Amino acid sequence: MIRAVIAALVLALSLPLAAQQNMPPAPYAYRQLDDPAQEAKAQELMETLRCLKCQSQSIADSDAPMAGDMRHQVRLRIAAGEEPEAIRAWLMQRYGDYVSYKPEVSATTWPLFAVPLLLALVAGALLLRRFRRRA
Amino acid sequence: MIAELGLAALWLAAALAAMQMAAGFMTLRVAGPTELAKLIRPAAMVQGVLVTLSFAALVWLFAVTDLSVKLVAANSHSMKPLVFKLSGTWGNHEGSMLLWVMVMGLAGALIAAFERRLPERTMNATLAAQGVVSLGFYAFLLLSSNPFERLPVPAAEGMGLNPLLQDIGLAFHPPTLYLGYVGLSVAFSFAVGALLTRQVTPDFARAMRPWVLGAWVLLTVGITAGSYWAYYELGWGGWWFWDPVENASLMPWLAATALLHSVSVLASRDALRTWTIMLGVVAFSMSMVGTFLVRSGILTSVHAFAVDPERGTFILGLLGLFIGGALLLFALRASTISEGERFAVASREGALVFNNVMLSAILAIVLLGTLYPLLTEAFDVRVSVGPPYFNPVGAIFAVPMLLVMAVGPLLRWRQDRPERIGREAALFAALVLAALLLFGLLADVALLPLLGLALGLGLAIASLMPLRGRKLTRTPLATWGMVVAHFGIAVALLGMASESAFSVERLAAVGEGDSTTVGPWTVVLQAVEPVAGPNWTALQGRMAVSYDGGTPITVAPQARNFWAPPQQTTESALVTRWNGQLYAVIGDRAPDGRWQLRLWWKPFVPLIWMGGLLVALGGVLALFGRLLTDIRNRRLAARIAERRADREALA
Repeated sequence: MIRAVIAALVLALSLPLAAQQNMPPAPYAYRQLDDPAQEAKAQELMETLRCLKCQSQSIADSDAPMAGDMRHQVRLRIAAGEEPEAIRAWLMQRYGDYVSYKPEVSATTWPLFAVPLLLALVAGALLLRRFRRRA
Repeated sequence: MIAELGLAALWLAAALAAMQMAAGFMTLRVAGPTELAKLIRPAAMVQGVLVTLSFAALVWLFAVTDLSVKLVAANSHSMKPLVFKLSGTWGNHEGSMLLWVMVMGLAGALIAAFERRLPERTMNATLAAQGVVSLGFYAFLLLSSNPFERLPVPAAEGMGLNPLLQDIGLAFHPPTLYLGYVGLSVAFSFAVGALLTRQVTPDFARAMRPWVLGAWVLLTVGITAGSYWAYYELGWGGWWFWDPVENASLMPWLAATALLHSVSVLASRDALRTWTIMLGVVAFSMSMVGTFLVRSGILTSVHAFAVDPERGTFILGLLGLFIGGALLLFALRASTISEGERFAVASREGALVFNNVMLSAILAIVLLGTLYPLLTEAFDVRVSVGPPYFNPVGAIFAVPMLLVMAVGPLLRWRQDRPERIGREAALFAALVLAALLLFGLLADVALLPLLGLALGLGLAIASLMPLRGRKLTRTPLATWGMVVAHFGIAVALLGMASESAFSVERLAAVGEGDSTTVGPWTVVLQAVEPVAGPNWTALQGRMAVSYDGGTPITVAPQARNFWAPPQQTTESALVTRWNGQLYAVIGDRAPDGRWQLRLWWKPFVPLIWMGGLLVALGGVLALFGRLLTDIRNRRLAARIAERRADREALA
């Protein structure tokens, strides 16, 4: 079973991009997993993966063939028992950090987390200053 | 000929804007009234007429599909339905900028003709500022995006309009947002005018308020319509994507919401003077940032029609000039404007200040999340910022804001004892806690939707409490407006939370005659048939859907193929019930001959847009209330003046 899955994966991934338009969509692009718990897991992961061919859509929101292939991959791997975070890491390794919407602190993203913190402090200070003066 | 007339009118309007600006600033340097000042108001009014003529000329060119005009040839098609020919006028870069300056010109003409409350000097300064802003946009249009340019040889046929835009909802979505942006530019001009003459008074706030309210209503409607359009047109049931283009409309709305509350405090309590000015500048800055994001082509999406760096640089230059100038003026003058009346923490002003700070923080988060990926892209690092970032980080500030919003309107102005509203606050807290427990324990809902459900329920009740003990028929319209708008926020919040907590999805391959289910619905695919429209062909799936075994209803989602330009769109079918919406899409044919159906059952999802419309309705009520009071006051003042004149004549 696992070998078959891997074979399917290799086949799906080795196809040249140009041929995608003429190929029927990968089976799990438009088909849910039978186990609702697994499908929910896959859905949750898909909603945080970016469709690389679209504008600000996740792969769960897109008709682009590439998004369909990625959904197929995600569902297959979830069905094979992989952890969502492992699948995310695998996709990030292939497509770069850009593919993941999940915010993670790194050398390039720390301002995204530092600024809200700073904002909370500034907002607190602003309110305190404004009201303490007259109390 | 029509095109040349339109262009000539546009140049003349630009010249009048220059005159309005020059005369305005020159009269500011002289202490007393001057002859020059008499020019300012007429200049603004004639300018409004001319730019309207210019826009009418462009609409005419689109209506008759004059293919010798470059813009028409590039964006229209003789086979298009008339309504989309007309809406094609602003469905492109040049036309939409012309629409923008037309609305701005009309707004300038309106204040020039009717605004008499402010001291004449402040009024001149305001119109001068309005002249500066208009002149910038005229220059942009005339120098880098002339809508009336002719082709050397007329085209044989037009290129057509993006099919996604050939939708009645989207035909009116951009103009609504633009009207909102322009309303904020008027508020900005008032703020600059008041800063220049140091007259930040309640009168100034009252003159500015209808523009802020109007702009805010239009932005609310525009965002609501845009969200609903994305929901039914993109075909996956998503209603907000935190796309930069959506954020571009959300940011001015957040700023306008804060400004609206602040300007009300200034009008009725003479407090928060510098806050109001600052927010006026920020709100317009956000509409400029929004215009820059959408118009410059820096993002590539349906909305970014113009992919041309020259234009982007021009808008960025304008943005720097207007905002930089305004902030410099603010820095120079802010110290000379006193803060206004004081108030305690536990007062209505206190709650409003708290929520304005929270709104500003949310605005900063959205701005950061929108611009940060663009910034890193300049250094070749690509970062994705999406819902998993915006939702929780925004909630950090939105949750305290919603809590304060529930009790704030119950507090008295200036100073209040928190114990006085203890019972109401306790009721709200009990509702929220009960909902948290109920949904948390019984339904296993994720944290954010759970908070949304609980706060939405609590707020829906709390927002009605300011009406308690009042005589409903004698409650001022503006108070009704506040109650309705706050209730609308609660309703929208409930819709959002419910959609995210309880949606059911079904993707299925179904043969003709077979059935499937989603949530309580049974869906039978009766047939798939080809249909044709004026400029498209489609495959239409005829489905009989029944809720919980009830009588079936027939719906027909389509997959449309447009041919000019060639593109596919999905037309989803929606069935609305009181407790939610069924969303059906027909996809491709699977190799075995079955059809890919995508079905969702989304409980209470229409509340999102109903809430948005309620918020807008609240704004309209408040606007009417204020305008009626204003008219009544004017009549009263006129009658008093008349009587005094009579008495003097008798004496």
